[in-house]
Amino acid sequence: MSSTTLSTILFLAFVAATLGITVWASRQTKTAADYYAGGRSFSGAQNGLAIGGDYMSAASFLGIAGIIALFGYDGFLYSIGFLVAWLVALLLVAELMRNSGKFTMADVLAFRMSPRPVRTAAGVSTIVVSIFYLLAQMVGAGALVGLLLGVTSEAGKVWTIVAVGALMIVYVVFGGMKGTTWVQIVKAVLLMTGAALVTILVLAEFGFNLSGLLGQAAATSGPGANPDSFLSPGLRYGTEEQGLAGKIDLISLGLALVLGTAGLPHILIRFYTVPTAKDARKSVIWGIGIIGTFYLLTLVLGFGAAAIVGREEIVAQDPGGNTAAPLLALRIGEEIFGSVGGTILLAFIGAVAFATILAVVAGLTLASSSSFAHDLYAHVFRRGQASERQEVVVARISALVIGAVAIGLSILAQNQNVAFLVALAFAVAASGNLPAILYSLFWKRFNTAGAVSAIYGGLLSALLLVVFSPVVSGGERALLPDADFAWFPLSNPGIVSIPFGFLCGYLGTIMSKEYNAAKYAEIEVRSLTGVGAEKAVKH
Amino acid sequence: MTTREHDASVYEQMQESTEFQELKRRFRRWTFPMTVAFLAWYLLYVVLSGWARGFMGIKLLGDINVGLVLGLLQFVSTFWIAWAYSRHAEKKLDPIADKLRHEVEEKTQ
Repeated sequence: MSSTTLSTILFLAFVAATLGITVWASRQTKTAADYYAGGRSFSGAQNGLAIGGDYMSAASFLGIAGIIALFGYDGFLYSIGFLVAWLVALLLVAELMRNSGKFTMADVLAFRMSPRPVRTAAGVSTIVVSIFYLLAQMVGAGALVGLLLGVTSEAGKVWTIVAVGALMIVYVVFGGMKGTTWVQIVKAVLLMTGAALVTILVLAEFGFNLSGLLGQAAATSGPGANPDSFLSPGLRYGTEEQGLAGKIDLISLGLALVLGTAGLPHILIRFYTVPTAKDARKSVIWGIGIIGTFYLLTLVLGFGAAAIVGREEIVAQDPGGNTAAPLLALRIGEEIFGSVGGTILLAFIGAVAFATILAVVAGLTLASSSSFAHDLYAHVFRRGQASERQEVVVARISALVIGAVAIGLSILAQNQNVAFLVALAFAVAASGNLPAILYSLFWKRFNTAGAVSAIYGGLLSALLLVVFSPVVSGGERALLPDADFAWFPLSNPGIVSIPFGFLCGYLGTIMSKEYNAAKYAEIEVRSLTGVGAEKAVKH
Repeated sequence: MTTREHDASVYEQMQESTEFQELKRRFRRWTFPMTVAFLAWYLLYVVLSGWARGFMGIKLLGDINVGLVLGLLQFVSTFWIAWAYSRHAEKKLDPIADKLRHEVEEKTQ
């Protein structure tokens, strides 16, 4: 049996299991709190695994391992920002949000501000961030499945995108948060198992000598002139040829990663799935443990692929290095268990990659459809007059529509290099959402004008700077290689748009007279003590 | 049930109480400086990766260099801060928060 057949069988087993979970979850989902927040009944450990499942995308599993395999140290440098970011969520956001919000990010903002403008802004930003992230994942899925299953035809890619999209819609529409969370948990366990297994095999091959592995990786895959540079920064981000702009771009990317995580809507709604703020804290601590361990594993996977598979073979299959980890699984399996072992291990890693994509896109679809139904439909269009039942029906319909739109856009964009959309989603989250959240939790004077200015200011400045960056025009690797209207030298806007978002929030606030001391007292007391926090649903 | 106006006044009284002020002080005095510290430490690491590549490439043990050790220390510090925060919260924040929550819930019932 070939590895692609076996991979398909394993993947179908995952699909069958998760669809079973979805059917079960749909029967448990009765109220709005069930649909949006899984009844707030997950434990800290379960939600911690689900946080890992939502966060560890195929881009971080295959992408970071691939960057390390091709560029050495810089892939590792990239992964660190994704981890440190969780401290912002742990120390400043998770517990206070759990205590003061209900279903979406906008709940926290609307608490003491004029609800319609604030919910409109937060809803728009949530949907924009989630759709960007979703597009990057789904286009990536088409390419990836093509590589792993050897499907190279255009029709094959299109069908892959359609299948991934259809499954994601089914999980979200029927399973709601409960089903989606269990999909994340299963995926996180599979991903950690697969990554740990290959890591142990690689380390065993090198007698558990990390230095030996690094030396071999540099010798096999480092640049011919100076192999040692493979183990130092500078081959991928802020290379010497890019000069000063490249190095500032590195800082800009780092800032966006570290400050963006705590503003990503699909991450923020995870904090509502547990019964209390203490469980939200525990879930982030579990998440940090899982995500940190995962990035340490990808460090070994990346250098292992560089050492054992080698740069030439990796680039031959995919110039972006996305198949470095699957190739490594095949090779190390063959070396240790013979050819059957290699086939099995490759199939397993391939199936894990599909599971990873599916889980992440489901989380994004849930976040955006929840915000559409709860913020825009129920509170903006219906001015809070919609019943819970109507809201959930609209949430399900919007999950279907958003999913369908994402499928359509992904098919249109399938041959574009849209990986930059992930970094852009982080930049928008850091520039618009994070200032609004932090100001509303910690700044007494903050008001509606400030919240609206922070979100639109951060969102628009990040978008505009990317449009005029080398990512979109003025280079061979740009989205529009034939045009050149790039005047902003950085590919990541964070270093400008994040301070700009905070500044907009500040200026918007002080230019408006609105100030409600009683409401601030309420959110401050509630967020720190948990008074009046939403309770778990009892079935 | 009480009216929202009444609730708000309970919250304002609570906000002014010395116990709540103590809870807020304990929360902010730990989390704010720590946030500044870990962001500075992360930025230092990124800046070194951009501008001090010779230093990051110094080999310490076999092929393990300064850059790799500093990167791994980012993991260690992240794990440590998460652990330290959970201890701080359990010992210094949760007891006051729980007590105040019960007080408000009794008043608003």
